Amino acid sequence: MIPHVLNYILFLPLIGAAAVLLARRSENAVRWTGLIFSLLTFVLSLELFFGYDPQNPAMQFVEKMSWIPSLNVSYHLGLDGISMLLVVLSTFLTPIVLISSWKSIEKQVAPYVALMLVLETAMIGVFASLDTFLFYVFWELILIPMYFIIGIWGGKDRIYATVKFFIFTMVGSLLMLIAIIWLGYYASTQPGGVFTTDLLLLMDIAPTIPLDIQSWMFAAFALSFLIKVPAFPLHTWLPDAHVQAPTGGSVILAGVLLKMGTYGLIRFNLQLFPEASLEYASVLSVLGVVGIIYGALVSMVQKDVKKLVAYSSVSHMGFILLGIFGVTVSGMQGGLIQMLNHGLSTGALFLIVGMIYDRRHTRMIEEFGGLARQIPVFSTFFMIVTLSSIGLPGLNGFVGEFLILIGSFESTVLGSIWYVVFAATGVVFAAVYMLWMYQRMVFGVSRNPENEKLVDLSAREIGLLLPIVLFIFWIGVYPGTFLSKSESTVQRVVEKLEQVQKGEAITTTVPKP
Amino acid sequence: MNQLLTDTLNIAPIAGTIVLSLIVIMINALKKKPFQAEYWVSVLGIAANIALAVWTFPVRGTAFEGMVLTGGFASLTSVIFLVSAGITIILSRDYIEKIGLAHGEFYHLILMATVGMMTFAAGTDLVVTFIGLELMSVSLYALAGFSRRVAKANEAALKYFLLGAFASGFFLYGIALIYGMTGSTNLLVIAQNIAAYKAEPLFLVGAGLLLVGFAFKVGAVPFHMWVPDVYEGSPTMVSAFMSTGAKASAFAALLLVFTATFDFDHASMNTVLAILAVASMLVGNIVAIAQSNVKRMLAYSSIAHAGYMLIGITAGGEVSMAGVLFYLISYVFTNLGAFGIISMIENAEQQGTDLENFRGLYYRRPLHAVLMGVFMFSLIGIPPLAGFFGKYYIFIAAIEKGYTWLTIVGVVTSMISVYYYLRVVVLMFFQTSEETTRPAVAIDGTVALLISAFGVLIVGLFPSIVLDWMGGLF
Repeated sequence: MIPHVLNYILFLPLIGAAAVLLARRSENAVRWTGLIFSLLTFVLSLELFFGYDPQNPAMQFVEKMSWIPSLNVSYHLGLDGISMLLVVLSTFLTPIVLISSWKSIEKQVAPYVALMLVLETAMIGVFASLDTFLFYVFWELILIPMYFIIGIWGGKDRIYATVKFFIFTMVGSLLMLIAIIWLGYYASTQPGGVFTTDLLLLMDIAPTIPLDIQSWMFAAFALSFLIKVPAFPLHTWLPDAHVQAPTGGSVILAGVLLKMGTYGLIRFNLQLFPEASLEYASVLSVLGVVGIIYGALVSMVQKDVKKLVAYSSVSHMGFILLGIFGVTVSGMQGGLIQMLNHGLSTGALFLIVGMIYDRRHTRMIEEFGGLARQIPVFSTFFMIVTLSSIGLPGLNGFVGEFLILIGSFESTVLGSIWYVVFAATGVVFAAVYMLWMYQRMVFGVSRNPENEKLVDLSAREIGLLLPIVLFIFWIGVYPGTFLSKSESTVQRVVEKLEQVQKGEAITTTVPKP
Repeated sequence: MNQLLTDTLNIAPIAGTIVLSLIVIMINALKKKPFQAEYWVSVLGIAANIALAVWTFPVRGTAFEGMVLTGGFASLTSVIFLVSAGITIILSRDYIEKIGLAHGEFYHLILMATVGMMTFAAGTDLVVTFIGLELMSVSLYALAGFSRRVAKANEAALKYFLLGAFASGFFLYGIALIYGMTGSTNLLVIAQNIAAYKAEPLFLVGAGLLLVGFAFKVGAVPFHMWVPDVYEGSPTMVSAFMSTGAKASAFAALLLVFTATFDFDHASMNTVLAILAVASMLVGNIVAIAQSNVKRMLAYSSIAHAGYMLIGITAGGEVSMAGVLFYLISYVFTNLGAFGIISMIENAEQQGTDLENFRGLYYRRPLHAVLMGVFMFSLIGIPPLAGFFGKYYIFIAAIEKGYTWLTIVGVVTSMISVYYYLRVVVLMFFQTSEETTRPAVAIDGTVALLISAFGVLIVGLFPSIVLDWMGGLF
């Protein structure tokens, strides 16, 4: 055990960003500095994965320091099974993203690498915060680097896309800010209470809020998270942002940023407002199912492969939403594993789309064809990732979707099989749009002579896809490695909601450090 | 005699600044060579006065038989005004040299206005408050028209003077009515029987008239008409000084008179304040979208920010006072920085202050563009910058007093404001211009900007530094 390891993991990328700016004269020095810092962070975060004890119900790797004493705001970090996996996902994807931009980012290299590292700190901070104020700070901090990454290094319509992204997110988060303040105020109205932003304390206090007010609080948090997920009908910023963002930006956006939304729903909505969660579980599940089908249908008609992948995200994230709001252990476990899956598969898809775009400077499906003969290695990786995204048994996607469907089927909160029936059609649609896209691009005859000149993947590109593929198989064959880490945490979350559902007193509280 | 000396020492920052301004004007009159002695004397003198303000901080009480506050609140606000004046002076040097008006009068007027601000914000007698208000205003009228050969500057000065004089009239009439009702102009005396007065219509009318005067000075809707024209026409750093120092002192006085002394829980008065707040936030933020000149945009933005602070005034109570004061501190750093950058770019490139002049700034002057970005994000209220914590604190106060709906109006208008602040960032970073030359900018100005940005960051990251100072202030 390294003492204070979470502190190091959180701030190492930030120090890296400063180091990158100091080294800005030489582009290679910048790239290497950024990579070394992100790899170091990843290595440290392995300590989180292996050091995490699933049997311990308390938050682990806790860091606590008073920050603004007069408002009881503290710098309070800690991980449970859910957030630990997401932190590791973030630290895993960041070095991959930096390697992927090695060649494709040519202008303003130092700011790009620095912003990516700042983004990494903010992402880790979002998942690790146990203080609502601290959480909000990181949540908003995410916006700034992403805004610049899309705005400076993005495509033709980048300004429209990035401003839309910024405003959508702001709209949600400002209402959440009011809810955060109101929660602190509510804590101060309790007997012997003071204004607080301590999440663990609020988890005990907030469930006692009367349902009508709880619903408003629930809505304020949910709006912010649903925009981020993004759930239908709040998803319109996503295709724009994804298509205009540079490859690295898309990977982080899909891989980690969207998960902040679903993570927030579990951490805040379910645990702070159990009564309202049960009340509105069916509404959110319906949004999830609509997202699954809508995203799939829209993907089917896309001509731009990046846009197709972007809309497929809407569909996949709909599954996660359904898994969470079925309020069953298997559903939520499936949702969590699907968060990792989506980060890996869709991240890899964006990387692959980026690789072909770097070569051909187009992403139109009709421009390609017959890639299998020209660039076989590329096509093989593309195949594996495509199948993983569809949910082929033996690969990661299957595990998540299967658990989610089982969970919603069992769910007493939803109490209807129609959710599963409709959601399952999404699996079929996914096969249609992904395989059709793959067939048009990779098989058949080339529709453009330019394709004859394509060169296959370089060692660098293979090197950055291999680790992702490894985990695609790993989760597909033996998901237990990851599920066992989060199981006890998920069980406690579900148990708390079940107690509320039955009208019993809540006994599952997270022990305070 | 002894008492006089003690009292003078207790109001050392005010006395010190008066002396400083006199020294500056004397140097100006006596010097022969065109050397910037006034500039350095002013900057160093302000630094010394900030030290005096910190030194007098523990002496909480009143001086001159309850006429003026000492220590605590007065010291803290004095520091705000002195910082504002100091940064304004540093960033103005280049400008007044370029327009050929590098005379000591400029520094003298800034310092006199600062004395006015300190007096305005420390007066515990409405007459002293009024003297402070007038001293500040008259100096600012002259400063607004300082570039006297520019037609727009003349327009700004005249407009500001005419409307300002009118507002002073309201203020004075309010004092007269309150005196008629209470038999005193001293806030401490009035406070003793305030519960009885608050029910009296005459007192309410007097307070209402005072409020008109205050609302004019802070630039709250519907008393905001002068703000865009005056900010646009005045020298850029004078606009900065008005939007930070003058606004801060009006708010500080408003806190002292309304929140601390009158302490209205009267529904009608709170409704009036809430209407002012909502109207300012809405009008300021919506009209700012339509502006193509950055100074006008920031003028409307400053109207909107007055609205946010008025939320705190509406809510009342100690948390609100701390919240408004904190907001002022964060706003002073942020807005001085934003105006400072506009002024530097305007001076160096001689291109005016349209939004278009900021196109591709990052690729010409990365440091200045990044700093401007910091100030814009702080004005939006993105953590961990100072602007965010200011809003957070005011919203806490409002929610605790049951004004959740006002905070919702606050965040909805903040969302609107995102659009126009981001436009500046978009132009600076995401677009390129043909402009490739980059004439040098003044070093001392850049240092002042860095200090502002540092302030925005530190106050945002570690608000406790400021909050500890304010602990038990009220």
